[in-house]
Amino acid sequence: MTMFETERGYGVRRVLGQVIPYTVLIISILPILIGYAWIIVATFSMRTHGLMPVDGNGNLGGLSLQNWEFLFTPEIWRVTLNSFGIAIAMVLGVGFISTLTGYALARMNFAGRKTFLGMTLVLHAFRPELLLIAIFQVLLFIAGIPVAGKWFGFNTVGGVAIVMITLELPLGVWLMKGFFDNLSWDMERAALIDGASRFRVWWEIIIPQIKPGIAALAIFNFISGWNAYLIPFTFTIGSKVSNLPVYLNQLQSDTAPTSWNQIAAVGLFQLIPVMIFFIFTQEALLSIYGGGSKGGT
Amino acid sequence: MRVKLENLSKRWGSVVGADSIDLEIEDAEFVAFLGPSGCGKTTTLLMVAGIYKPSAGEIRFDGHIVNAVAPKDRNVGMVFQSYALYPHMTVFQNISYPLKLKKVSKDEMQKRTQWVADTMGIGHLMDRKPAQLSGGQQQRVALGRALIKEPALLLFDEPLSNLDARLRLSMRSEIKRLQMELGITSIYVTHDQVEAMTMADRIAVMKNGRLQAYATPEVLYDQPRTLFIAGFVGNPPMNLLEVEVTRENGDYHARRQGLDVIVPLERGKKAADKGTVILGIRPEDVTVADTGVAGEAYIVEPLGRDDLVTVHIGDAIVHVLADPTMGLKMGQNVLLNFNTHQVQFFDPQTEQSLLWTD
Repeated sequence: MTMFETERGYGVRRVLGQVIPYTVLIISILPILIGYAWIIVATFSMRTHGLMPVDGNGNLGGLSLQNWEFLFTPEIWRVTLNSFGIAIAMVLGVGFISTLTGYALARMNFAGRKTFLGMTLVLHAFRPELLLIAIFQVLLFIAGIPVAGKWFGFNTVGGVAIVMITLELPLGVWLMKGFFDNLSWDMERAALIDGASRFRVWWEIIIPQIKPGIAALAIFNFISGWNAYLIPFTFTIGSKVSNLPVYLNQLQSDTAPTSWNQIAAVGLFQLIPVMIFFIFTQEALLSIYGGGSKGGT
Repeated sequence: MRVKLENLSKRWGSVVGADSIDLEIEDAEFVAFLGPSGCGKTTTLLMVAGIYKPSAGEIRFDGHIVNAVAPKDRNVGMVFQSYALYPHMTVFQNISYPLKLKKVSKDEMQKRTQWVADTMGIGHLMDRKPAQLSGGQQQRVALGRALIKEPALLLFDEPLSNLDARLRLSMRSEIKRLQMELGITSIYVTHDQVEAMTMADRIAVMKNGRLQAYATPEVLYDQPRTLFIAGFVGNPPMNLLEVEVTRENGDYHARRQGLDVIVPLERGKKAADKGTVILGIRPEDVTVADTGVAGEAYIVEPLGRDDLVTVHIGDAIVHVLADPTMGLKMGQNVLLNFNTHQVQFFDPQTEQSLLWTD
């Protein structure tokens, strides 16, 4: 009898051991979950009362798709395309330059290397707001150049992309340098002796080792390019070249009363690509190679 | 392939990695670079491989200076202590990587990779990733990758250091056998003097970036030219005692407090009347006997075949190999017989041998 009771005692403790952590976790993320739940409910209803969709008289109901009507305007697709362009440009631009620069800084010895590393770190400390006027001057200058000005000058998506890439580079370079620093030299030496050129070593041996790092950098850049507000807002005029966050902001600055439910719908729309992007990169983010090398440097 | 290093040096600012190394390796010879960590042996090896550029001096392969030749054009294969396998590639891709870079046809690549893998006993693991292999298997993959391009020179950088003791023994003999069968000139870097002694035709002993000696294992063992070599080569290490050698009644006596032994004429006369000199004698040349020098067994460590006994003679410490059946106890008084035929003498200032300097 006593034995039975002890066993049951252990059982209770084991169940509690699982229940308590989950309870704490659920309670702590509940506010965020409720927020997202509200957004989803709100986009499909005329008005909401808490989490309840209600009609004009305050009764349960009033479900509608009218908040999603913005999908049928050409404007939304133009700004979405612009957002997408900026995000992709950042992923490719920052990714490409950072992996090359980071590798050179981590592995090669050249004059000015230390100064360069210090300078990039200092540059990253500057708030973009501080640089707005200077950047404006630069973009105006680029606009004056014959062909490049049309694509990368003031009030172009290309110009916004270049500014965004530049501002993000210090962080990207340092992040990538950190990943390269952690790789063993032996692997690189082995590949050189096996007969690979320096570039092939970088491309075939080194880059595959830091895939998680590249994926992390890509997702950061995609999100920051996709959600970019300050730079596009400052350096573009009109919806032809503005992006989703700027468009979203304009919805509430109209003279008409703000339709929060519509803003929720646009917000949810803006969220979708980030989630898709994360789903595709999460495997690379979470997989870190183990083994294959022991000790050594 | 013959390898010749002439006055080879590597410096990083004021840090000296290798200092004026001069040595020659014959075709198909197996040479070990032996020394404690930081002695410059790996630095020298990496210069031979072409990874480091020498600060001064020349490296010659079959007479041609290769200082400026890129690693990929030197036709060397290298095995690293860390194995340095490519973790994202399968065993097959790892071994065949040098062939892929040489643009060898698919069929031949398949055939040669399979052959090398079978030779190394890992032919059934072709689709595995390095992380799915044991340490010994990873080491075989690394060896296979070094061998597949049929290099003229094989370089080993402490390849067995990360293996467990038993595996190290079997891999040691396997590497030795493979090297003999293939007849590839090899350089083997190690800090383990047993590995160097058992595998190498000749051993280059290094210390602080300098070449201390370059000789066969037998010569290193029997005729150590410096105090460092005497202490580094041999296990358990040689006993080193400060003594004074004098001639009395036609015999040479080596004396210190509590110790007085007669040394052979030939060796004794080179150390006589030089004030304090260092006497070296290997533990196997000192035996516990019925008569001789009195001492106290301070520590007794059973090694299996022998007991390693640490004996205090006055303020001197002598390591002795004793028969376990004698059943020596700690604290017991013992008498030691010094077999002085293999005794060594060194100058305490220059640390050079008094017997074997030219």
